[in-house]
Amino acid sequence: MAASETVVNDWDARANDADDMDEMVLNMGPQHPATHGVLRVELRTDGEIVKAARPHIGYLHRCFEKHCENVDYPGVMPYADRMDYCAAMGNTLGFALTVEKLCGIQVSPYVDTVRVVMAELQRIASHAVAVGTYTMDIGAFTPFLHLLRDREKILDLFEWTCGARLLYNYNWVGGVSHDLPDGFIRATRDLLREFDAVTYPELLDLIIHNRIFVKRLAHVGVCSPELAISHDLTGPNLRGSGVARDLRKDTPYCGYETYDFEVCVGQGQYGPKGSCFDRNWVRVVEMRESSRILHQALDRLEKMEKADVHEKVPKRVKPPKGEVYFRTEAPRGQLGYYLVSDGNINPYRVKVKSPCFTAMSAFHHLAKGMMIADIIALIGSLDIVLGEIDR
Amino acid sequence: MGVTYELLLRTFPALARWPSWVVIAIVTGLPALACFTFMALGPLVYVYGERKISAFMQDRLGPMRVGPVGLLQTVADTVKLLFKEAIFPRGVDRRLFVLAPLLVNVGAFMPFVVIPWGARLQPADLNVGVFYVVAIASLSTVGLIMAGWASNNKYALFGAMRSAAQIVSYEIPAVIVLLVPVMIVGSLSLHDITEAQRGGLQSWFLFRYFPIMPVAFLVFFVAGLAETNRAPFDIPEAESELVAGFHTEYSGFFFAMFFMAEYTEMFVFSSVATVLFLGGYQAPLPALQQLGPLPMGWFWLWAKAWLLIFVMMWLRWTLPRSRVDQLMHIAWKVLLPIALALVVVVGGLILLPATAGGFPWDRWVGWPLTIGLVGFLLFVMLRAFRWNRRRAQELAA
Amino acid sequence: MDPRAIHETLVAKFGDTITGAFLEGPSPFAVVAKDAIAEVAAFCKASPDLAFDNLMCLSGVDYPKETPPRMEVVYHLYSYTHLHTFALKVHVPREGPAVPTVEGTWGVANWHERECWDLFGIVFTGHSDMRRILLPDDWEGHPLRRDWQDPEYYNGLHVKPTVQMAERALAGEVIGVGPFDFTPANRHVDE
Repeated sequence: MAASETVVNDWDARANDADDMDEMVLNMGPQHPATHGVLRVELRTDGEIVKAARPHIGYLHRCFEKHCENVDYPGVMPYADRMDYCAAMGNTLGFALTVEKLCGIQVSPYVDTVRVVMAELQRIASHAVAVGTYTMDIGAFTPFLHLLRDREKILDLFEWTCGARLLYNYNWVGGVSHDLPDGFIRATRDLLREFDAVTYPELLDLIIHNRIFVKRLAHVGVCSPELAISHDLTGPNLRGSGVARDLRKDTPYCGYETYDFEVCVGQGQYGPKGSCFDRNWVRVVEMRESSRILHQALDRLEKMEKADVHEKVPKRVKPPKGEVYFRTEAPRGQLGYYLVSDGNINPYRVKVKSPCFTAMSAFHHLAKGMMIADIIALIGSLDIVLGEIDR
Repeated sequence: MGVTYELLLRTFPALARWPSWVVIAIVTGLPALACFTFMALGPLVYVYGERKISAFMQDRLGPMRVGPVGLLQTVADTVKLLFKEAIFPRGVDRRLFVLAPLLVNVGAFMPFVVIPWGARLQPADLNVGVFYVVAIASLSTVGLIMAGWASNNKYALFGAMRSAAQIVSYEIPAVIVLLVPVMIVGSLSLHDITEAQRGGLQSWFLFRYFPIMPVAFLVFFVAGLAETNRAPFDIPEAESELVAGFHTEYSGFFFAMFFMAEYTEMFVFSSVATVLFLGGYQAPLPALQQLGPLPMGWFWLWAKAWLLIFVMMWLRWTLPRSRVDQLMHIAWKVLLPIALALVVVVGGLILLPATAGGFPWDRWVGWPLTIGLVGFLLFVMLRAFRWNRRRAQELAA
Repeated sequence: MDPRAIHETLVAKFGDTITGAFLEGPSPFAVVAKDAIAEVAAFCKASPDLAFDNLMCLSGVDYPKETPPRMEVVYHLYSYTHLHTFALKVHVPREGPAVPTVEGTWGVANWHERECWDLFGIVFTGHSDMRRILLPDDWEGHPLRRDWQDPEYYNGLHVKPTVQMAERALAGEVIGVGPFDFTPANRHVDE
């Protein structure tokens, strides 16, 4: 079954090389506290220096794309949630917008604003987990708990709205599942006020500008913009290398063009641009920008009158025959859905382009020449969730 | 020892008639036993303290269920560890495997023999006290390497090697900087060093000879953090790294012994630092030295050592950890030159005729510099506080 | 550049190797002859007008019901300099599918093509590391094909639920086969 007639890759060819007898083959994972999921990384090291790193994925493959062919379009939503389980709002938003594009459904501005509120709250929560677990991998245990305290408040808001804390099935084709409850806007504002005034400055002071943290990360895992674009690193990974591209500005959806926010780019303030520190920095600053967008969205919601969120939800989702590729800016990068419809109630083919999948394709190139302790720093800086990589 | 003999003689006058070897055995054995028991119960309290302190720093509660506010948590943990099966993986060297935790504990507990808890409350007042402490504490390193080797585990060996390299590297600046108070006092005996700091807060070495002594204290503290494998130098026991540390393969009672040794070493190091720099059993005010008939020296030593332990825990839960090569860089390229410079400066001051006779350093150099530095720091802190408040207002707006 | 202009540029350079196009939908694409895809890809990246320096997505799709039955490999391209998108399609036969790799043009194609091979069985000639990526290394078959049947045995374990088990479950008996056991028969497969 294996295609043995193709070119033998350089990993296996060097297995019999006598010069490399001093190399140690080390296995990280699939059970490992710092690989953010079931990821297995096979390392070839010369002492502490890594010569080659080969990631093995597929331990969490749950056949999402095959399931999509057997259920109808609304039935895909719970499956879509479960891909990137740390940022579920983004996944369902992407699929809903893809199907709406193919069907030609245009939702009301109220639903758009609600979707933006949910997406940005999810972005803060997702980056909180990313930055928190990253600092925990580097050794500082406390920022993780401070950030998770704020994430708990966000999850409480989600539970209040739709009943679920982690996997919501919230964005439907043509609308959302539940309207915002009364008092939601005030609760969100309280949360954001505390985040802006307390958690965010503390995070910057305690850990982000901490000398030890900076020394661990500032010269590690430097990714040039060309490598990033060639390996399709997107989102904070790409912006950390200095490329200022954000889908919410380039190809806006849900009314993002009407909000005032900045694209966060890695500054390279402690080392070369594109280091692990810069990617992490982009995520930290993006939390602040999400907070800004949320303030604007909440202001609009207060002035808007409530609309029926199920108004445009069709009784049967039956897109016309055709295909579409649509991308959204998920917290981990560009999440793309390639949808092929043959006019039935089941999708014909759904292909998900997961941002973490493409980021891992660059792992081997970034990991060459670093020390084993830096491999942990590299994995955390790419912010991978195996559910999304393996689907 | 003399105290014990007098006390025992008063209660058992018949003791004088017993054969001398029995008397010696009792008189030396009893304080050792008391000391050892007291120290062995220490980790129970330290572990609970660490869990509660870390919890409060992380905005959570810590152990709350076992006993009131979780006070019996460590007892429960100890009982659990003692009852766990001590697994011997296949291929381990049994003798070394068992010997290693014993050796680490020997290195951790033996220094207590010379720690002075009071003017006459010291199990043994060796006149090479400091030297003895340093020498016997390095036994732990041997035990550590033994643990890594005997485990028959490539990752444990890796961790043991890293740990041994780290400890040995940091011992050098620690020992060199220990010479500073020794040179000033002129004696290696811990009792003499403590007595030289009699008189209250201002005569503690930390607050004299500014800026020499505070820098020496800092160097010793950082080196001690690295020697006890505490953050930010806890690479050998970092769970989120590839290597789980030299005590990977140990379970049950042996793991409990390693755990106990680590916390005891922390206390040893804090006690030594207290004796050398913070005045040992001297109270901050001479009036507090005796509470009626009860000498309070032991309390002050305990309190100061605990303060240092608190600082160590505080640092652990605040700072991330350094990478191995960065750690080595700090030891060899930062701490060692500073330590050598300090020794040279202090030695020079002692030898120079102008200052040899006890130059009133504090009055002309120490206190002016201290007041100036404190004033400058207060000014910077005030400015930072105001900047911070302004930024918080901006962000919340 | 708008899709029509991109298509015209490609046709001007490659002529007959661009065998078709569909430019009216939300994702316009051009169909490229199978053996020329590597050159077309290189041109797309190197040409200053097109400058497609990013391969957004590489998907395989199986069309067994078309005449002739075929599989497709779809390349979605994006340019970070001109900010335009386009798609290229390649038709491959369902028996012995083989396409030249575009790994040399876009590094990310390495992993996308491995996934395509893993799930569809499309071989990418010239690929440096043609191995399975998502499924276990000893898996047999390519599951995303439309004619895929769940295997009965895997490594000696009987894994396919039988009709008898389904009947017993429908009769109300708790047969406890596990969470991924009984699913309705694949609806798109003609029995």
